[in-house]
Amino acid sequence: MIDFGYTLTRDRQLDYDRGDFRFLRIVRAMEPSLDVCIGCGSCTATCSAGHFTGFNIRKLHTLIQRGDNETIKAELKKCMFCGKCQLVCPRGVNLRNLILAMNRAIEQLG
Amino acid sequence: MIKFNLFVLPFSLGLIYIVYSIIMHYYRWIKALPALDKVKLSTGIRTPSKVFASLKEIFLEGLIHRKLWKRNPLLGYMHMSFALGWFLLIVMGNLESRVYHGAHFNAPYYPIFLKFFIHDRLVLFFEIFTVPAFFRFMMDFLLLFVLSGLVLALVKRKQSNWFGMKQTTRHSLFDRVILTCLWLIFPMRLLAESYTAGYFHGGGGFLTQNLGNLLIAVTPGPAELIAYFFWWSYSLVLGLFFIMMPYSRYMHIPSELLLIVFRHCGIQPKKWGSAFSDLEVYSCSRCGVCIDACQLNFAAGINNIQAVYLIRGQRDQYIPENIALTCMLCGRCQEVCPVGIKVDSLRLIKRREIGSGQVSDFSYIASSHPGFADVVYFAGCMSHLTPSITIAMEGLFTAAGVNYLFLDRDGSICCGRPLMLAGKDKQANELMEFNKTLIRQTRARLLVTSCPICYKIFREEYNLPIRIQHHSQYLLDLVRNGKIPLQSQHRKVVYHDPCDLGRGGNIYSAPRELLGKISDLLPSEKECANALCCGGSLGLMNTSVQSKDEVTRNALHSLLEHEPDFLVTACPLCKKTFAKHSGTEVKDIAEMVYDAIP
Ligand code: SF4
Ligand code: SF4
Ligand code: SF4
Ligand code: SF4
Repeated sequence: MIDFGYTLTRDRQLDYDRGDFRFLRIVRAMEPSLDVCIGCGSCTATCSAGHFTGFNIRKLHTLIQRGDNETIKAELKKCMFCGKCQLVCPRGVNLRNLILAMNRAIEQLG
Repeated sequence: MIKFNLFVLPFSLGLIYIVYSIIMHYYRWIKALPALDKVKLSTGIRTPSKVFASLKEIFLEGLIHRKLWKRNPLLGYMHMSFALGWFLLIVMGNLESRVYHGAHFNAPYYPIFLKFFIHDRLVLFFEIFTVPAFFRFMMDFLLLFVLSGLVLALVKRKQSNWFGMKQTTRHSLFDRVILTCLWLIFPMRLLAESYTAGYFHGGGGFLTQNLGNLLIAVTPGPAELIAYFFWWSYSLVLGLFFIMMPYSRYMHIPSELLLIVFRHCGIQPKKWGSAFSDLEVYSCSRCGVCIDACQLNFAAGINNIQAVYLIRGQRDQYIPENIALTCMLCGRCQEVCPVGIKVDSLRLIKRREIGSGQVSDFSYIASSHPGFADVVYFAGCMSHLTPSITIAMEGLFTAAGVNYLFLDRDGSICCGRPLMLAGKDKQANELMEFNKTLIRQTRARLLVTSCPICYKIFREEYNLPIRIQHHSQYLLDLVRNGKIPLQSQHRKVVYHDPCDLGRGGNIYSAPRELLGKISDLLPSEKECANALCCGGSLGLMNTSVQSKDEVTRNALHSLLEHEPDFLVTACPLCKKTFAKHSGTEVKDIAEMVYDAIP
C-alpha cells in the first residue's frame, strides 16, 4: 500500500439499533449503581490489574452501555477482584458486584 | 404381664420412626465421610480422652447450655429446662418403671405412660421417704422444671429482650406446627397424670395429685374419660412430634451430638459441601442468637440473610443468591453461635457453587526476580490506597536497620483472598502462584504484611516455608528487642480490631501491647472477639454503598464513644473505610509507632 503519511481510522460510529443490550439488562438488574457512574476514571487509575496491563475497568462499563460485549468478554478476565476500584469511586458504584454481574451475563449469554 | 392400651400406639409408632430416622441419618453422615476422616473418627472414639471431652461437651452444651447461660441467664435456663429436664424425666421415668416392673424387658412406652398403668394409693405423710414416693416427687419436680421453661418460652415470644435478644428467628409454618406439638407435650402429660391421680385418689406427686384433686372437684363430667382423653392427646402430640422431627429443626438435638464427636475427633469443614457441613446444617437449632450479632441487621436493617436463614435455606435445599452473597463474612455470628457452627465456611461453600464458573487470564503479569532480603514486606493492594502506612513501615524498617525488601512497591499482585471470598478459588490460586514464586525467590525468613486480608490467606492457603507476621506482631517484636526506641505521646486512642486480624487471625494482644507502650489506650464497648466490622469488608458483594455506610457509621459511633484523639486500627481497608465518615483522625498502628520514635 502506498504510504500517504496518514491512514483511514477505524469506523467509530455506534449503531444503537445493532447493539446487543441483553448484557446491559442483566448487569443493570444485578447492580443498578451502574447508572450513577460519571466516568471519572478513578477506578481505572487505581486498578491493580491496570497497573500491569492496559486493562481499563471504566471503559468496560461504558462498553456495556454500548452493547459491545465481545470486548468485555476478552478484557474482564484480567480483573483480580481486589476491590480497590470500589474504594476510590466517588459515586459509590458497587464495582465488585458490577464485575460479578458482568461475569454472570457472560455465563448466561455464552 | 405386659400392660397395653391402644392409646400408646401413636407414641410407639413415632418412637420407632424417629429412632429409625436418626440411625439412618447417622449412617449417611458417617458413610459419606472421606476415608481419612473415617480413620480419624474410628481412632477418636477409641481414645478415652476424646470420648471424655465429647461427653463433657455434650453435657455442658447439649444439656446445660452453658454458652447460652453466659449470654443471658434467663435464656440459658429456658433451654436447660427443656433439654436437661426432658432428659432427666426420661432417665428418672425409666428408673421408676423398674421399681414397679421386675422384668428386664420394659416396653418403651411403659415408663412414659406409667401413671396410666399403675395407681398407687395416696402416700401418707410418714411414707415420704419410701422409694415410690421419692420417684413420684422427682417426676413431678422435673415436670415442673420443664413446664417452667415452657412458660419462659411463651414469655419470650412477647418479651425477647428479657432474654437478651432483640430479634428472634422468623419461623416457617411447618416450624410453628411442630413447635406447637412440642409445647403441648408437657401440659398434656400434666393434665393426664393429674386427672388420673385425682380420679384414683392416689398415685400422683405434690404437683399432679393436688392439681388432680382440684380438677376433679371443679370440672364436672366423667373424670376417667377425661383422663383417658388426655392420655390419648399426650401420646398423639408425642407421636406427631417424633414423626415431624426428622424434617424439622429439632433434628439439631441428635445432630449436634454427632457434630461434637466429629469435632473432637479432629474432623474439619471442607471447601465444598461434605458430610461435615451437612451435619452442621442439621445441628442449627434456629435459636436466632446469630441475628442480633449481625451488623447488617442492627445497623443496616438487612434482616433476612443471617446465619440462621442461610442454614435454613441449605436445609431446604434452596438458598436464594442474595443470602449467600449479602454478608461481610465478619465472623461475628460464628463467634456467638452456641453450637459453634462454622457459618463462614458454610457461606463460602455456597458462594463457590454460585461463582466458580468465571474464567480468568492473568498471563499479562510479568515479573522479574525480586532480589534477596532477610525480611520480605508485602503491603497489599489496600495499603497502596493508604500510603501513610507503607511510608511508616519503610521508615520503621530503616530505623530498625532491617535488611528488607518491599515486594509490591510497584503495585501488588492481589493476594487472592478477595477472589476467594467470592467463591472463586481456582482464579485465586492462579494469582497465589505468582506471589508464592516471588516470595520464595527472595529467600527471606520472614514475611511481613500490613494487610490482615493478605495475612489470613498467606497463613491459611499459601503453604509458605517461612514465618508470616502481620506488622502489629512484627513491630512488637522489634520494640521488645530494643530495635526501635519509643516514647509515649500520651494521646488517647481507641483500637479497632480488624475482622481478619482478630476473629480471623486471633491476634488481639499484640496491637494492644504495642499501643499501651506509646499511647493511652481506652477501652471500647465492643472489642476483641466482639469487635464490630468497619463495613468495608470485601466479603460483601451485592450490598449498596448506602447500607455499608450505615454499618460504618454505627461502628464509629460505638468506637468513638470515649472521644479518643485517634482511632487506631491495623488494616488499610478499615482505615480507608472509617476515614470516609470519621470526624476523629484514623491511624494505622504502624503510623502510631513511627510517630512515637523520639
Ligand atoms: S470511579 Fe466510579 S464514577 Fe468514576 S468512572 Fe469509576 S465507577 Fe464511574
Ligand atoms: S477489582 Fe478488578 S477492576 Fe477493581 S481495582 Fe481490582 S483489579 Fe482493578
Ligand atoms: S447458626 Fe448458631 S446462632 Fe444461628 S440460629 Fe443456628 S445455632 Fe443459633
Ligand atoms: S458473618 Fe457478619 S455480616 Fe455475615 S451474617 Fe454473620 S454477622 Fe452478619
